[in-house]
Amino acid sequence: MKKKEKRVLVRIFAAAILLAVAALLPLEGFWRLLAFVVPYALVGWDVLWHAVRNILHGQVFDENFLMALATVGAFCIGEYPEGVLVMLLYQIGELFQDFAVDRSRRSIASLMDIRPDWANVERDGALVQVDPEEVSVGDIIVVKAGERIPLDGVVTDGTSALDTAALTGESLPRTVAPGDAVISGCVNQSGLLHVKVTSEYGDSTVSRILELVENSSARKARYESFITRFARWYTPVVVIAAVLLGLVPPLFVGNWSDWINRALIFLVVSCPCALVISVPLSFFGGIGGASRQGILVKGGNYLEALAHADTVVFDKTGTLTRGVFHVTAVHPQNAAAEELLEAAALAESYSDHPIARSLREACSCELDNRRVTEVEELSGRGVRAVVDGRTVCAGNQKLMTEYGSECHKCHRVGTLVHVSIDGQYAGHIVISDEVKEDAAQTISKLKELGVKKTVMLTGDAKEVGEDTAQRLGMEEVYTELLPAGKVERVEALLEGKTENGRLVFVGDGINDAPVLSRADVGIAMGAMGSAAAIEAADIVLMDDKPSKIPLAIRIARKTLRIVRQNIVFALGVKGIVLVLGALGLANMWLAVFADVGVSVIAILNAMRALYAGK
Amino acid sequence: MRKVYRMEELDCANCARKMEDAIRKIEGVENVAVNFLTQKMTLQAEDSRFEEILQQAVKICRRVEPDCRIIL
Repeated sequence: MKKKEKRVLVRIFAAAILLAVAALLPLEGFWRLLAFVVPYALVGWDVLWHAVRNILHGQVFDENFLMALATVGAFCIGEYPEGVLVMLLYQIGELFQDFAVDRSRRSIASLMDIRPDWANVERDGALVQVDPEEVSVGDIIVVKAGERIPLDGVVTDGTSALDTAALTGESLPRTVAPGDAVISGCVNQSGLLHVKVTSEYGDSTVSRILELVENSSARKARYESFITRFARWYTPVVVIAAVLLGLVPPLFVGNWSDWINRALIFLVVSCPCALVISVPLSFFGGIGGASRQGILVKGGNYLEALAHADTVVFDKTGTLTRGVFHVTAVHPQNAAAEELLEAAALAESYSDHPIARSLREACSCELDNRRVTEVEELSGRGVRAVVDGRTVCAGNQKLMTEYGSECHKCHRVGTLVHVSIDGQYAGHIVISDEVKEDAAQTISKLKELGVKKTVMLTGDAKEVGEDTAQRLGMEEVYTELLPAGKVERVEALLEGKTENGRLVFVGDGINDAPVLSRADVGIAMGAMGSAAAIEAADIVLMDDKPSKIPLAIRIARKTLRIVRQNIVFALGVKGIVLVLGALGLANMWLAVFADVGVSVIAILNAMRALYAGK
Repeated sequence: MRKVYRMEELDCANCARKMEDAIRKIEGVENVAVNFLTQKMTLQAEDSRFEEILQQAVKICRRVEPDCRIIL
């Protein structure tokens, strides 16, 4: 508890005792007033002072002013104990509220506690601790066991296990060795690492994440703007209603003090604090809770849109599949399997294409470049080279026809590499991309969550795309698309969807920036360390697991549910107290509860959003 | 230009809202967010008049909540 809060607590206790004494003393007239004014002044002087000061600054509908007016009003109509008690309860409520906000602020802050405090740099032979901002690109930093990696870089020396939980929500440690890239924010669990810095602090993953989450409150959800607009009108309207209630009815029926008492109840209820604080807090909690799972959300509006997702469009390669190619079958004809693979791998030995790489990987023997001459890349068809004096062509069907070799289709689905040796067809090799482990589960979970349509877009061949989509159980698939074609497809899907549904696009963020920005919600995955992806997407997944998408939708829905609960609860209680107050059925205590009590409950409820998705 | 400022003793959410509303009305302000939770103000305004706009924003904050200070 802070010093300020302790002082308030002492004042509250002292005033409560004095109030009890005043109520028990058999005093009359002026002495009775004085006996109550003492505890009132003790507990409420700061409220009165702030009220006066804010009036001088032209702030009329300020909480302090309303509370001061209500309690002074109670004194004026002779309800001394009521006046003191209301002020007392108000202060208790405020104290609770400060306490709750402080707690939530701290738990969100601890969640975002990935900011490194220092970096160890070797200078003049000795290790010195410096501010991470002072380290420049190319410097070698030393990360000891238990320390947080302060800047992005590449390991030059040492091996260790890294805890990436703070960034990805993944609890399994990742092992790193020299040559591996490491990102800031991970915790070095075991060994000593020397890391060559590759980006300055301002561009490092940690700063970008922190900036993203901190700025998330600038993009407001519809509920937040609704509350802001509502608050602008609510207080003046209730205050005017209070004035009318206190002045008009008694002109006809008399009984001034009773009507003024009802008007004072209105004043107490007129502060919109519970709403103004709890709605943004819920969104902030939801965004904070999501970031703990490695899901970075750029604003409350995206959380809101995600909760209404009814179409989820996936890019195939790198999103649902690993984007890593493997040889899955070798079908030789007029040659041995080994010979076929070796010829193809050698012919492709100068290429850096993923397919060429997978061929080389599949080859068990040592590949000697010197056996290969006269390599010619034939764009869109394949490659031709002379291997051990024989002309080898490796590529697609078009290439085979061009060189007069008969070839046939394969029953296996995947990318086919046909090979001919000296003009004679030697068979083909099937290469395919692996589907991620959790891809099928992701699609079925999305359906459980009520997502109506899952769509796959891919630049791959028809058979490959359709086969993958079918295996995963996706509704629609569009294949052989160029990047521009993907944008057109997404636009067509946007036209076709229902008014309230939202379209989510999931990509790897590398070359689908236009689609990411066109969709209602663009999700980039596997974005650790990729600045472009973080820039283009609305939601960024730190790792490359598609199963984080249903999780993100669940968090979004829970957050929105909490927001709605808070709005209904706060407005409901205030509305009921206003009605009861107008009818003369509510007392001032109930009004104070409707103000600060509701705030505290709404704040506590909002904090549940932080633990959504657990 | 966009800059972020830390705020101290920003004690009420409704005040933060009022500040935000008033600062947004200053001429030249492109966007502003006063965040009660992070106790930060993000101000985005015309480069040429940024200093002047910032001074006005400080004045507004002082009027809405006299105890609140913007750490410049």
